[in-house]
Amino acid sequence: MKVKCVIMDKDDIARSLNRLTHEILERNHGTDRLVIVGIRNRGDMLAKRIIQRIHEIEGKSIPLGLLDITLYRDDFQRLTDRPVLQETDIDVDVTDQKIILVDDVLYSGRTIRAALDALIDLGRPALIQLAVLVDRGHRELPIKADYVGKNVPTSVHEQVKVKIKELDGDDEVLLME
Amino acid sequence: MQLESRHLLGLEGVPRKDITMILDTAVSFKKVLDRPIPKVPTLRGKTVANLFFEPSTRTRFSFELAEKRLSADTVNFSAAGSSLSKGETLKDTARNIEAMKIDFVVMRHSAPGAPHFLSKCLNSAVINAGDGAHEHPTQGLLDMMTMRETFQSLQDIKVVIVGDIQHSRVARSNIYGLLTMGAKVGVCGPSTLIPRDIENLGVTVYPAIEDALAEADVLNILRIQLERQKKALFPTLREYRNLFGITRDRLDRSGRDITIMHPGPINRGVELDSDVADGDYSVILDQVTNGVAVRMAVLYLLGGGRQKIEGDDHAA
Repeated sequence: MKVKCVIMDKDDIARSLNRLTHEILERNHGTDRLVIVGIRNRGDMLAKRIIQRIHEIEGKSIPLGLLDITLYRDDFQRLTDRPVLQETDIDVDVTDQKIILVDDVLYSGRTIRAALDALIDLGRPALIQLAVLVDRGHRELPIKADYVGKNVPTSVHEQVKVKIKELDGDDEVLLME
Repeated sequence: MQLESRHLLGLEGVPRKDITMILDTAVSFKKVLDRPIPKVPTLRGKTVANLFFEPSTRTRFSFELAEKRLSADTVNFSAAGSSLSKGETLKDTARNIEAMKIDFVVMRHSAPGAPHFLSKCLNSAVINAGDGAHEHPTQGLLDMMTMRETFQSLQDIKVVIVGDIQHSRVARSNIYGLLTMGAKVGVCGPSTLIPRDIENLGVTVYPAIEDALAEADVLNILRIQLERQKKALFPTLREYRNLFGITRDRLDRSGRDITIMHPGPINRGVELDSDVADGDYSVILDQVTNGVAVRMAVLYLLGGGRQKIEGDDHAA
């Protein structure tokens, strides 16, 4: 796959995350019972940034959760290779909390479906909202994001690659083909 | 990521990266066990047959629990009252299992090599839950997981296995696994119960328990079985305890902090005293918890279970 173009550079990403954070605080009327849960990989790093931004804006510390959805995938029968299992790390009880799920790219929606199952196995949240950096369309399940950084219409032959500084050295969203 | 073998028949020859993979995966599964709903849907639709031709409580419970926690369906065959008592051969039992399209077989048998035999006649993935005195790989793995929790790494830690090494599949799996992971392994027990030439495996033989206590970071204490006494392999349980029993006194005299492990069930007051078994350095109950996590990891990593062959219905 080759890079077709840069969809978002690091400033675009920062501005989007800033706006998403404000939208989350606006819609939920503040930080009461808010828990930000990032989906590994990369969703978790974005979640950390949102938490930091919330702290800068409201002066409050919100609990962070890290979710690994590997065990809830719907495509095990097809995989010959076992995906690397990482830890789910959610220290707080999710019951009655407002969970904001964070992921980098929303595509078929199956990852989010798995994340919902994983979260509900942990307790009974008051509500779950979804924040994504990029929505690239092509949903296979009735799933929608509440907060979107950027809508990018794509074809199935293309791929949206999100690079995050902590993992990939730089912040960038690329369109590949 | 994938294990090299389709089965888990022993730890002998299992590469270091595979053992590491299993132990790392087990850590994640251990967290699942702490949740309000300690269950994941990963093996939903898969069937595991637990074939225990030798009696077992803890290993069978542990496997069954691991299977259920992964949402698999379990079926149990135990030797008593089964077709085996009617004289059915192992091969025929295997063929019947095959015809029922079982994904995983967990097997304990008194004949060494029985699971290896079964793995050749079945498309199912086979997990050895103990074959005679040969190996008990999941016990070896859970022991290593427990040691890793205390010491962070298995490299260069000194583990001494105490007791009836000769008849112990736990000892053998521990030896193979620990040596692969770079630990230093020793054995200690009555000379009648230590296999001749065991040093050829790379293991140190400690003649007296005090020598072992002077060097060991971990003691893995094996159950001494009454049946062996009847075969005159050691005089009395009391003499065994006097010479090799792990007591508070002995440990204090060594002046060292040694982690205490035991695969269970414990003969309290024989190979291990209660105050030590229930004391601060004992990780025996952690071993039991880790057992479920390790078995979940093994089931998860052995892939989809059955090899896909022509004529199999497509997976749902």
